[in-house]
This record gives sequence, structure tokens and C-alpha cells, in this order.
Amino acid sequence: MGTRIESLLRSCQADRLVVTIKTGTHLPRRAGALNGVIVPEQPGKNAIEVRGVRKVFGTGENQVAALDTVSVSIRENEFFTLLGPSGCGKTTLLRLIAGFDFPTAGEILLHGQDIAPLPPYKRPVNTVFQSYALFPHMTVAQNIGFGLEMLGKPKGETEARVAQMLKLVKMEALKARRTSQISGGQQQRVALARALAPQPKVLLLDEPLSALDYKLRKEMQIELKRLQHETGITFIFVTHDQEEALTMSDRIAVMSAGKILQVGTPRDIYDRPAERFVADFIGETNFIEGEVKSAADGRATVRLSTGAEIPASLPEGFTPSGSVTLVVRPEHAHIGPADANASLRGTVENVVYLGTDTHLHLKLDDGSAFIVRRQNSRGGGEALAPGNRVGVAIGPNAAQALKD
Amino acid sequence: MAKRPFDIQAQPGFGFMALLTFFALYLPIAALVAYSFNAADSLSRWDGVSLRWFISAWHNSAVQDASIRSLVLAVSAAALSTIAATMAALATTRTRPYPGLTFKYAFINQPLMVPEIVTGVALLIVFSRIKVWTGYSGLGYLIAAHTAFCIPFAYLPIRARLESMDLTLERAAADLYATPWKAFRFVTLPLLRPAIIAGFMLAFVISLDDVVITEFVKSGGQDTLPTYMLGQLRRETSPEINAIATVFLALSVVLVTTFYFVNRRKP
Repeated sequence: MGTRIESLLRSCQADRLVVTIKTGTHLPRRAGALNGVIVPEQPGKNAIEVRGVRKVFGTGENQVAALDTVSVSIRENEFFTLLGPSGCGKTTLLRLIAGFDFPTAGEILLHGQDIAPLPPYKRPVNTVFQSYALFPHMTVAQNIGFGLEMLGKPKGETEARVAQMLKLVKMEALKARRTSQISGGQQQRVALARALAPQPKVLLLDEPLSALDYKLRKEMQIELKRLQHETGITFIFVTHDQEEALTMSDRIAVMSAGKILQVGTPRDIYDRPAERFVADFIGETNFIEGEVKSAADGRATVRLSTGAEIPASLPEGFTPSGSVTLVVRPEHAHIGPADANASLRGTVENVVYLGTDTHLHLKLDDGSAFIVRRQNSRGGGEALAPGNRVGVAIGPNAAQALKD
Repeated sequence: MAKRPFDIQAQPGFGFMALLTFFALYLPIAALVAYSFNAADSLSRWDGVSLRWFISAWHNSAVQDASIRSLVLAVSAAALSTIAATMAALATTRTRPYPGLTFKYAFINQPLMVPEIVTGVALLIVFSRIKVWTGYSGLGYLIAAHTAFCIPFAYLPIRARLESMDLTLERAAADLYATPWKAFRFVTLPLLRPAIIAGFMLAFVISLDDVVITEFVKSGGQDTLPTYMLGQLRRETSPEINAIATVFLALSVVLVTTFYFVNRRKP
């Protein structure tokens, strides 16, 4: 199933784009979008609204702002990812939404109601913990039924719902087992079922896949997407894995040092990063410097060091002047002759064969490094070797200007 | 497997030392147990094997009286101190570390550090005053005193267990709509049960065994088994004491063994 979608997408892309893009990070992302749970550009109702939230730990000189005035809206029925390196504040934000900690300042609205002062047991929000935190003294079924029991649901209703959840995560056969007697992947499913059983308004997932091996993680990514689709619950997913974020999310918020740098669809984040950190954190990137010749309506013309002028997209609400840094993804640039028409010129330093494609590491004439990714096809493209002089053509939609 | 060069077992004289220590520890106890089965009237003569002193002790009303008092006292003190210790352990582990927390640990464990004789004298002074004011001279004083010095013994295993317990379990319970009480009742308490049982048994043995504080606190006619035995040895030396001590020993061994097995069981 997965492979069929991938090959389908591969052909779609080949038709659409000048340079065929084929990377591990790209394809599953498209597959995720194909699931079509939500079209992110359409504004829906907000499930969670975070307004000006600050969280400061410690006192006096030891004060650390884990979250520095963060505002973000998460729509209903959305698969929303908080992405960033460790210590960026993503888990802190999740904990504030869950109620394990309280913000120093700001509001957290759940369907319009401020939940920031409520204890966790009064919030219709459930969490899948990184360590799963399954109750070791209970069976699989008892774990799943715990939330419903605490809510005081009638026994019959709880049992029916537990049976339904067991089916949803395909754990019917193991319902009487202790949680210590099942594998890591199975524990993961039980943790999911337990958090979904009380039908929360929002499901919070704190790096739930980090303890699984690669293959299981891939399976669970698809599984999570399916569960979100079937339950129609808003998912807020925390991860430091950019590939995971691109694959699964409807929208991503990239965080660094307690701030949200950019919120957008995986495509926005990847193709149109607004800041250097975002561009660098997600995927492979080339940075090139240039001078702004003209800028208007989200487009600019930038003069490069070679004298070539190329068009670049601008981040929303940003009009640069003077020097600017451009981002060009390796797969959006292509090799051409080293003549006056080339945007950049340089020498091939290294050719790295990666199976599906080849990375060409170039040394540009101004001394900077540049990577071009070429898809390998049978008989296609002239062979290049280190030392060859080449030109780089940057397409009309390939370059993106950065704010910083 | 080859012996490592610095393995203690390879050192000369190790076996001899071990044997010596073993005898020093267990020879007196072995002698006591052996003599409890002595048929003779004297402690110093061996007259063949008999259960007569066990039977005699069993029918001695003073021994019966002291035994019952000891058990009542130990059960009450162990129960009360375990409850207090559980609460103290929860309060000292389920919190962010703050200045003064170490002081609280020391405060809770104070009975381990203050010499028993000091506590005994102090309690004698205070309790004799209270006895005069209230006119009450029942077992309550002993229960109170025993509860106090049993708390650290019950506290240590419970705190150790809480510290090794994953805090996210309680968080998960709260996340799943359990109020703090329900989270304690359905998650923390069941997981803590082995440690609570262990703490209870440790406190029970400590209370059962106490002489010094009991001697100072007890009113007339409130002998526990250990103080009764001490009193007997002061007057005449009846081999009955050996029999009682042997039963006492057996009881302790059973309790400590149970403690070991309960504590070893992992969740």
C-alpha cells in the first residue's frame, strides 16, 4: 500500500517539477497530505489557542524562560506537530496544555475556555507519554478502561468502549496480559488506546515513537495517522525528528530557545523557511548571499556574487533591502554549463552516490560550498567527476529569502 | 571462571577470618537454642533433651501476660508508625527538592541518631507529668513511645520504593481524570504495598525487641516480654528464659525472612 502510493507520487512529481525530487523526507510527507484529513489553508475552528504564554523556571539569577511569550492556534481535527531540538520548550508547552505545569503568564484556551488554571484531571485532554507510563499492576484492558472508570462511566459503557479501543489498536488477543508481558510496540498501542478511550478533545503525544526501532517507528507513524483520521481527534505531537514531523503533520510549529519561529504546512516549512534556523533544522540546505535589487508583493530579485540575478520568494510580511541570505534546497538547483547564463559557477569537489540520487558537492568560485542533488536515472545525465567546472541553474521558484 | 587476582577470596587467611566471625556471631545463639531444650533445672548443667521449659513457659501466666502485651504494643506501634511513615515518605518524595528538605529527612530519622537512653529518660520525665495531670496510666504511653522510634524504620523502605517509582505513573493517572485521592488509591498505593508491608514488619520487630525505652516508660505491671525476661534474669535464672528467647528468635527469623521475600518481589 505504502509503496504503491510512493510510486504514484513519484510519477506525479516527475510530471510537475523540472527536477525530479525524490528523497526519504519528501515522499511520506506527500503521502500524509494525500490522506487528506484537513486542508490546512482552510481556517477551521480552533481546538487550542495559546496566547502569550510564558513559563519561567527557577528564581532570581537562575531564572530560565523555557517558553518566551508563545502564541499559537491549533485547529480542530488537526495533526499539529511541535518540532525542535531538545530544550527548545516543546515539551514544556505540551505539559502546560496537559496541566502538569502552570504558565507563568498567558492563557491556554480549549474551545474558547481558559484551561490554564485547571488541574490535569479536569481537562478533557489526554497524553501519550514518552515512557508510556502504563500502570504495571493492571492488565491491558484495565489500563485502557482507567480513564473511563475515573470519569464514573457505567460499567457496561466502559467495557464496550474498552473492547472498541482494543479492536482499534489490534490488541484484543492480549487484553488480559500484564503490561510488563507485552513488547514495546504493543505497549505503545496500549498507551494510545488508553489515552483515546475517554474521547478527549485533544490528544497530546510526547515523542511517543522515540523508544521504538526504525521499522516499528515507520509502522506506528502510519498507524498514528490512521487513528487520528478515524477518531477525528486533534493531535498535538511533539518530536525532534524533522522527518517524522514532515511525514505526519498537517501543520508544524518549529521551535527554538523557547520561541515558535514558524508555523506552517510541512510544505511551507520545507520549501519556504522564514528563518535560518528553520531552513537549517529541516532537511539539507544551501545558503547563498545576495543583494536585493527590487522587492514587492512577496517576490524579490536578488543579485548574486556572480552577477546573475535570480527571483526569490519572501517570507510573509517581510520586505528586505540590502544584503539578504537565500535558501536553495539541493534538489531545487541543477547542474548546467559553466557559462555566463549560470546563476552560480564552481568546481565539483565530491560526487556522492546514494542509490536513488547523487549528491554533488561543489566549491563555488566565491569559496562557499554548495550541494546539488540529482536523481539517478538509467542513462540520464552526463557523468561528473571531481575537478569538473560546472554552472548551477536556480529555477524561478527555487530560492527563498530569509528574515535573518 | 578463573579467580581474579584481587578477589578477596584469594587472600590468605580469608577463610579463617570468615569462620571466626561466623562462630562469634552464631555460637552464642546456637548455645541458647540448645540449652532451651535442656531438661536440667540449672542453666549450667546439661541433663538431656526435653520440652519441659517450653511447656512451663507456656503455662506461666506472667509470660502469657507479657507476650500478649508485647504483641498488642508491637502491632499498634507498627500500624501507627507505618501510616505516619507513609505520609512522611509521600511528603518528602512527591515534591520538588527545596532547601530544608535534608533537614526534614534528619528530623524524621532523629530516633536513629539520638541514644535510646536519652529518649527514655526524656520520656520518663514528660510522661510522669502527664500521668499525674491526667490520671491515665495505660498502655497508651508505650504505644506512643514505640510509634515514635519505629517511624524511621518504616519510613526507609517506603521512601526507597517511592524514589524508584516512576513519577509519570501518577501524572498519567491525573491525566486520566483521577483526582489526587483516586490517583493515590488506585495507582500509588497498590504499587507501594510491598514497601508498606516491609516497613510494617520492620517496625513490628523493632517494637517487639525494645527494652531501654520500654523500661523507662512502662508503668507498674506493664512488662513486655523483653523487660520481663530482663527482670527474671535479675532475680533467679530459670531455664524458662532460654525457651522464651528461642521462641522469640524463631518469630524474628520468620518475620525477617518474610520481609526479605516481600521486598524482593518486583512489580
